[in-house]
Amino acid sequence: MKKILERIYLAIILIFMYAPIFTLIVLSFNSSKSRAKWGGFTLKWYTQLLSDEAVASALFNTLAIAILSTIFATIIGTFTCIAMIGLSAKVRSILMGITNIPMINADIVTGISLMLLFRFLHIGSGFGTILLAHITFNIPFVMLSVMPRVKNINFYVYEAALDLGASRSYAFFKTILPDIVPGIVSGALMAFTMSLDDFIITYFTKGSGFETLSTLIYNEVKRGIQPEIYALSAIIFIVVLALLFISYRAPMSKAKDN
Amino acid sequence: MKLFKSNKSAGLMASPYIAWALIFIVIPLCMVIYYGITSADGNLTIENIATIFKPGFFKALKRSVFLALISTFVCFILSYPLGMILSSMKLKKNAYIVTLFILPMWMNFLLRTLTWMTLLEKKGVINTIFEFMHLPTISIINTQGAIVLGMVYNFLPFMILPIYNSLNRIDENVINAARDLGADSLQTFWRITLPLSMPGILSGITMVFIPALTTFAISSMLGGSKILLIGNVIEQEFTQLYDWHLGSGLSIVLMIFIFINMIIENLADKGGVNK
Repeated sequence: MKKILERIYLAIILIFMYAPIFTLIVLSFNSSKSRAKWGGFTLKWYTQLLSDEAVASALFNTLAIAILSTIFATIIGTFTCIAMIGLSAKVRSILMGITNIPMINADIVTGISLMLLFRFLHIGSGFGTILLAHITFNIPFVMLSVMPRVKNINFYVYEAALDLGASRSYAFFKTILPDIVPGIVSGALMAFTMSLDDFIITYFTKGSGFETLSTLIYNEVKRGIQPEIYALSAIIFIVVLALLFISYRAPMSKAKDN
Repeated sequence: MKLFKSNKSAGLMASPYIAWALIFIVIPLCMVIYYGITSADGNLTIENIATIFKPGFFKALKRSVFLALISTFVCFILSYPLGMILSSMKLKKNAYIVTLFILPMWMNFLLRTLTWMTLLEKKGVINTIFEFMHLPTISIINTQGAIVLGMVYNFLPFMILPIYNSLNRIDENVINAARDLGADSLQTFWRITLPLSMPGILSGITMVFIPALTTFAISSMLGGSKILLIGNVIEQEFTQLYDWHLGSGLSIVLMIFIFINMIIENLADKGGVNK
């Protein structure tokens, strides 16, 4: 009996979470523009979406910013975490404290503060300012995920490698780096998804005329929802599902190989 | 540790980030504070911050705190039983079912909110279904209820994940020991499970409360233009009225809330460990 109640509870929450998304997917095939009426099956919103240049450029901007900010944040974050080993405890704790600020602070404050900085420096808003902002809020996610790995590094192995005649850099790449790679990968993934999903910080640092997917959707919604947006939601949901599926299969196939 | 030849080389390696953090974290924050405590002619003033006590502004703040508290509470009430059920299923690490509950997090935040616009509209999906079944239609769109619904829908995964993780980490032997010593299931829950899951609860509360308190997108999409939250007020100061001083002053008020939240969390966390 308890089991059944538990299953029902899980089902209710899942319905709450997914029913809205499935409604959007259904509406994306509705040929009637009205949400209240089913006008028959159509793919026209998908073809319209795919030929929409504004959506294409927003998608390109979103992906470019997500990829570039992830690369930069991962490199800077990882280097800093490794450097932390050699810093004094005081410097380390100050630096970690500052790193925590963007994570704790509200996005709206972070966005505004960066907007003030860019206006003050007279940097024209657009791709560059969004990229700088995204790198800034992504570095903490990378460091948070790499830092625990760095703390657990076994230096005896490194010293053993040195004793056995390895050069410093060779020993680093062979003994230390492999230990922290999982942290780097999960930090990079986290940074990538944070960048993709961000709206508020992008909104304040983008300037006019430059759109990412998030800001484009926000503008569209204010003018009234077009069924194209439903098609976009459906595509994004399917892509997320597919990526998840791949990420689950990948480690398993590796484990089998071992 | 001989990874670095000297402290200097480590410092050199950390220097790009130190510079980055100064330019893009510390200085911008100082600028918010500077604008917040000065007037347009550059004189020191507390007027910007004190504006929060003016009727319209204070109402927006009170409403934001109220709605954020309700949303956080609802998320907690929904997530805790869910976390307990999931952790009692003794799943493997990264099980599909757990991911299912946090998957919507990866869908664009605005699309998630837009979903509820579509569902709740006067002639939206829910009302159409109600009409079809000859039930009275509802009008929640553009009410505070719609905003709470939007917040709960958007931020629920942020509560589920930390609570599930903290419940999952509890050593089963501790619970068995309590049972052996004669505690009934309610006592075990109050004295063992709940205190041990406190860190997860607290981080869940922070992860829901702060974004709910400071949002402006959810309220402008689901609350119409009439129900303003403090986030909407600040957003308008910056993007429509161009009063950076007032906007920064109000942002300082938000930061005070975030700071208080942080202190409470730290205190409660330490208290839990000491017990």
